[in-house]
Amino acid sequence: MRRGNTPRGPRHSIMSRTAAMLIMGVFTLYFLTPIWWLLVSSTKTGGQITGTAPLWFTMESIPTFFSNIGRLFTYSDGVFGRWLLNSAIYAGLGALLGTIIAAMCGYALAKYEFKGREAIFNIVLSGVLVPATALALPLFLIFSEVKLTNTLWAVFLPSLVSPFGVYLARIYAAASVPGELLEAARLDGSGEIRTFFTVSTRLMAPALVTIFLFQFVAIWNNFFLPLIMLRDQTLFPVTLGLYAWNSQISQIPELRVLVIVGALVSILPLIAAFLALQRFWSSGLGAGSVK
Amino acid sequence: MTSSSISPALAKGAQKPRRTKTFAAQRRAVLLFIAPFAVLFLAFYAIPIVFAVVQSLLTVEREGTFGAPQEVFGGFVQYQQVFQNTEFWRSVGRVVLFGVVQVPIMLGLALLFALLLDSPLLKGKKFFRLAFFAPYAVPGVIAAIMWGFLYSPTLSPFGLITSEVNVLSAELVLWAIANVVTWVYVGYNMLIIYSSLLAIPTEIYEAAKLDGASNIQIAWRIKIPLVVPAIILTGVFSIIGTLQLLAEPQTLRSFSSAISSTFTPNLAVYTTASVPNYHLAAAFSVVLALATFILSFVFLKATQRKVSQ
Repeated sequence: MRRGNTPRGPRHSIMSRTAAMLIMGVFTLYFLTPIWWLLVSSTKTGGQITGTAPLWFTMESIPTFFSNIGRLFTYSDGVFGRWLLNSAIYAGLGALLGTIIAAMCGYALAKYEFKGREAIFNIVLSGVLVPATALALPLFLIFSEVKLTNTLWAVFLPSLVSPFGVYLARIYAAASVPGELLEAARLDGSGEIRTFFTVSTRLMAPALVTIFLFQFVAIWNNFFLPLIMLRDQTLFPVTLGLYAWNSQISQIPELRVLVIVGALVSILPLIAAFLALQRFWSSGLGAGSVK
Repeated sequence: MTSSSISPALAKGAQKPRRTKTFAAQRRAVLLFIAPFAVLFLAFYAIPIVFAVVQSLLTVEREGTFGAPQEVFGGFVQYQQVFQNTEFWRSVGRVVLFGVVQVPIMLGLALLFALLLDSPLLKGKKFFRLAFFAPYAVPGVIAAIMWGFLYSPTLSPFGLITSEVNVLSAELVLWAIANVVTWVYVGYNMLIIYSSLLAIPTEIYEAAKLDGASNIQIAWRIKIPLVVPAIILTGVFSIIGTLQLLAEPQTLRSFSSAISSTFTPNLAVYTTASVPNYHLAAAFSVVLALATFILSFVFLKATQRKVSQ
């Protein structure tokens, strides 16, 4: 059945080809059906979600979809738009700044010899093993000491720290920035900081995109920190907002449609970002495991 | 990119007189590079951990029944409570059971998909890669909301199944959560393993093929051993993730009454903190962080010893 022993020519039995395609096909359904269901359901009214075929559209799908979107963004003074904006600030701006900070630190750990370098790296590594959720309550206690809970800062500032980003940046910098190049830049009279921002970051660019994406997803997904820090609805990130709506569905049934449409709207930017940045993450993701 | 114009010979000659000056400059640069991260790490990692430990050693005392509450040093009183708290340990047992079953299944699937993507058997690899990774773009809360609807008998497109078997019942709800987590993370783990498969030089396979190795043999004897570091990485992250479960069960609580307020350790932390009993919650947090840290550290060391050349 297997043609492994033929030395050349990638000829494989039809059976193993079919088996492979079958496995992948079945799991494609597993992975995409829930997203498809979400897309279809967001084109329905509350009654239609239970009353019509769950995985197919209705005759009025298009207008219903737009009216759902309209209600989503107007409900409760348009708080949903506010949530999206908050998420963009927490995750977008947070990951951007966090990436620069992590890249600088990882780069210094990779390209300079100095006392305590290994010690710092080991501390960073242990930081990787301390999960964000375990820090949520301690952070809450600290922020309540300085009366900063229930503010934007309480979620934004802790999100900037990414030990894993430093770890990745160190690996990437060691691999992609040649020491000779830095020496040459020094001889050219370029300052260390300038060399980093003009030469090294360019060489590390694919890595930086990967670090950014990792941190973006980590902040976007972080649920415990905003849950424990924020009371004021207008500060919620979109995940916490949808969670709050979802837990009110039994009292306010009309929220069900909004939760479904809102879920769709909130995942579309991420899927789009992943598609657009595909060539970066697909090459960069594995690098973390290369020692 | 002007630097490339300098020849190595010239560079060597010019290096010496500048040495001390560049070293001072380098030291300053290192400080500048590291300072921002160091400050933030201290403020939002180190200090909170220390503060949590301090809080966990305090206890509230009252002078008589109606006296004002007062925080006093209580030693390990909170930890005694942690160890006597059966609800907390049941939640720990639950996530351990979850991890023992879900993590191997998830990583096994991820490895299988990565190997298939790397094999010559498939067409449309790019599509599969994207389709399998897409759920990773869905945050845990939203994935739990989606699956919550899909599980519920009245809304589900799989009504035939969900009206017969209540996946949100007390017996099955843990596995309903496992499914949500698997759905989100398989593709992510698959990609990590797949990109380390891509890094293997293809000459190795050519040689093995010439020696008459089949595809399965190549996968088993060459590919899998070479991607062990990637599998370890995904393993560590999965262990951490499992012990920290919060978003999915907390969200699914509005779909299933079978998920108690102390279903996972982090839910217990949240519930205790909302009482508010910060001291006990801090003690829970410390125990949980320590357990996570030790477990992933041991796992990392144990597997590293095995694969170190």
